[in-house]
Amino acid sequence: MAKITFITQNNIPVVVEGEAGSVMALAVENNIAGIDGDCGGVCSCATCHVHVAQEQFALVGEASEIEKDMLELDDDANEYSRLCCQIDITPALDGLVLTVAG
Amino acid sequence: MTSTTISKQSCIIVGASHGGVNLAFALRKEGYEGRIALIDADCNLPYHRPPLSKTHLIADEPAGQLLKPEQGYQKADISLVLGVRVVEVESEHKQVLLDDGTRHPYTQLVLATGASPIIPPIPGIDTAKHLYTIRTADDALAIATAFKTSEQKRVVVIGGGYVGLETAASLRKSGAVVTVLEREPRLLARVTAPIMSDYFYALHRQHGVEVHNGKNVSEIKTNATDNRVVCSDGSEYPADIIIVGVGVRVNTALAERANLEINNGIVVNEANQTSDQSIFAIGDCCAQFNPHYQRWLRLESVQNALDQGKVAAAAICHNAFKTQPVPWFWSDQYNVKLQMVGLSQGYGDVVMRKELDKPDSFSVWYFNGDELLAVDAVNNAKAYVLGTKFINAMAQVDKDKLVDNSVPLSVSIIKELA
Repeated sequence: MAKITFITQNNIPVVVEGEAGSVMALAVENNIAGIDGDCGGVCSCATCHVHVAQEQFALVGEASEIEKDMLELDDDANEYSRLCCQIDITPALDGLVLTVAG
Repeated sequence: MTSTTISKQSCIIVGASHGGVNLAFALRKEGYEGRIALIDADCNLPYHRPPLSKTHLIADEPAGQLLKPEQGYQKADISLVLGVRVVEVESEHKQVLLDDGTRHPYTQLVLATGASPIIPPIPGIDTAKHLYTIRTADDALAIATAFKTSEQKRVVVIGGGYVGLETAASLRKSGAVVTVLEREPRLLARVTAPIMSDYFYALHRQHGVEVHNGKNVSEIKTNATDNRVVCSDGSEYPADIIIVGVGVRVNTALAERANLEINNGIVVNEANQTSDQSIFAIGDCCAQFNPHYQRWLRLESVQNALDQGKVAAAAICHNAFKTQPVPWFWSDQYNVKLQMVGLSQGYGDVVMRKELDKPDSFSVWYFNGDELLAVDAVNNAKAYVLGTKFINAMAQVDKDKLVDNSVPLSVSIIKELA
């Protein structure tokens, strides 16, 4: 079980809890604004872009090469960007704060 | 328009798949205050279609991957009317007739009716055992169930397009003995260059799938235990399960009876409005003039359905909208990730780009003269992303630099901005 906070585009923090699966799926289940997951979670659309809090980046780790390339589609991407369909929920992510890009 | 008149509006959306569902939620985002009803004959909560032929087919417990959680519809005050069919659009009275006999008035009607798999008129196809198309969650569930209970698991896939090949790859992964029969001389003939056809041919053979091109299925013979798929050259292939993936027929019947203009799909303008200004059409069922490629197109893709849903939602609310004229697609087979952007039809030449240190990764760039039309990227998201940017910007690519893999794949391969 991990509690994850999403900060949406109007700066509203939303705390949700997940057990397993991808962070994108958790966000969609909880109607987090700005996380669409249009491709269903196969790293093909870049509509689940989040910025990870800098001090927590080690928790989620680096993006894969494909993911890094996909992030280049978004002008808003920076070194703390991830596509959250590529982050699996584990207990280690408890307390993670993600800012929805856009 | 005052808010009181807006709140009396009612939008009925026929078809609750990617396009229709996305449009319903987009309407709320755009400020629509009227009633919204999503109607679909499919009883399942709306789900993602692409995984059906991919991961979903071989999941332990195939449950549809939902587009939105059930409570999401309640929260957004969207009525889901599932398991019911719209049988008539009575446009002169601005109402729809459902197969339960009820009539429902609309202010705006959106047709997101999609397309249905074609069952070709092959003798014996009606009596074949375990013969399936793959478009709905129920189709995928039926295939998965038949597959589990089949002893020999011999699968014949009729049609070597994306759906057929993805299904072949998924079932092969789970241990099926798979044969793909393609009528054309090569796989994916309608949509890609011969280089890509050859690549996928070799990929499937490598994974132990038998692929036969130039095979015209002429009959299906069925006895007590199994089927035999017979081709016009006399060859026969035994099959416990048959998958038919030979394309789709556009669902325009409702639109035709409502006297809407049809031309390879329901004709819509840039706002996805049909020839009746209260009726919109989005997704696979509609034909629209594409300003980038300067021709009429009917696209079969998730991205197109989603984008057109957003456009129609904004247009219904009289808000500004942005169209996405360059389409993109993806396909996953085995561990290969194929990403495609643009439309290659009408290409004059192709440039094959390989990467120095990545033997599994390449991209195919389609040109008409100097114009970059499309890019197919295999395990190469960078090529896909750059291709997307170049096509959208109508950038001129230096083909000599592109083919030279000592030049890194980057914006430096652009000649000049058009």
